[in-house]
Amino acid sequence: MAKIVAGVATSHVPAIGAALDLGKTQEPYWQRVFAGYEESKKWIAEVKPDVCIVVFNDHATAFSVDIVPTFALGCAAEFPIADEGWGPRPVPMVHGHPELAAHIAQSVIQDEFDLTVVNNMEVDHGLTVPLSLMFGQPEEWPCKVIPLAVNVVLFPPPTGNRCFNLGAAIRRAVESYPEDLKVVIFGTGGMSHQISGPRAGLINSEFDNAFLDGMVNDPQKLTKIKHVEYMREAGAEGIEMVMWLVMRGALDEHVRERRRFYTVPASNTAVGHLILENPSAMAAE
Amino acid sequence: MQPIEKEYSDIPGTTVFDADQSRKGYGINMFCMSLLKEANRKAFKADEAGYLKAYKLTPEQTEAILNREWNRMLELGGNIYFTAKLGATDGLSFQQLAAKMTGSTQQEYADMMLAGGRSPNGARTKSEWKK
Repeated sequence: MAKIVAGVATSHVPAIGAALDLGKTQEPYWQRVFAGYEESKKWIAEVKPDVCIVVFNDHATAFSVDIVPTFALGCAAEFPIADEGWGPRPVPMVHGHPELAAHIAQSVIQDEFDLTVVNNMEVDHGLTVPLSLMFGQPEEWPCKVIPLAVNVVLFPPPTGNRCFNLGAAIRRAVESYPEDLKVVIFGTGGMSHQISGPRAGLINSEFDNAFLDGMVNDPQKLTKIKHVEYMREAGAEGIEMVMWLVMRGALDEHVRERRRFYTVPASNTAVGHLILENPSAMAAE
Repeated sequence: MQPIEKEYSDIPGTTVFDADQSRKGYGINMFCMSLLKEANRKAFKADEAGYLKAYKLTPEQTEAILNREWNRMLELGGNIYFTAKLGATDGLSFQQLAAKMTGSTQQEYADMMLAGGRSPNGARTKSEWKK
């Protein structure tokens, strides 16, 4: 049986990818960010997931304003790296797990989550920066990746509650897959930031730290945060944090906090990171 | 049916990209999307006004694009992730764009971020916003 052993939350700031790709990781500004992931890289190298489900948002790369799916599951065998205007990031091709992805799609749709199936998708920094932060700069990514794109560009995104419940449905789907697979689920984006308009640069550390606490101890409280509150308190683009709740919904009610990291800023954004283990699945290891 | 109440319209210095904005700004955003291709970036740079004729844009939208009025583009229906592609075509990063939209110099904006960013205090509602 497949099982979700842990969840990883992390920001996916594009400048982090650029700093890595341009060899700036030792500059003090970036060192402060990358140092926060050193222990996490060791953790994931030990856990060795077979598959990572990465909940992220597309930034007008694969999806323009022609079609805007609320939830889109990547069911392809390969996901090429997109050119976002500066040329594609020099990172390996992302390989999917089409069988598990198809199983998840079939399972959650029948579980009343009507997501969109995507068989052809280029992936942008929203997906590749979290992989780089957790796996460094390998020749090939060490696991299969199932992308789950969530619309947070066109208002309104799905509610936090909907995201949390989708996470729970994904967990049921994974646990009904017959092959023994170790799965880690990533919730990416955030934390507080606004990159648009005269109010750009907004950071709210108090909100962010309360959100980190809630992710660990009281995710139900977080599912009640309204869209307007995310935007008012954590910046217009801080609303990305609903994606973390997909990850949290896929975990046990009581989780083990293995890592927590928070720093301001990376470019325009507060960087937050958590590793939460699923005690029930880890105990079976 | 009740009209949708846009409680987020009280957030200052912010244009929320909702379905109404998306409809208004379709041309701006699809133009920006075309800049994902290197050949299109070159064609646009060679003849900006001519290139824009292929898109359904109002005169205000065309002017905002040609003059790089970044906030105006958002007001007219642009979305930041799309307009950032025009920024990339000009060689601007997200942080450089943000500085322009806040009316700060690059250095002032970078310093604000290093000092912890813009506080939400005084920036939650239009009534408390500047001054």
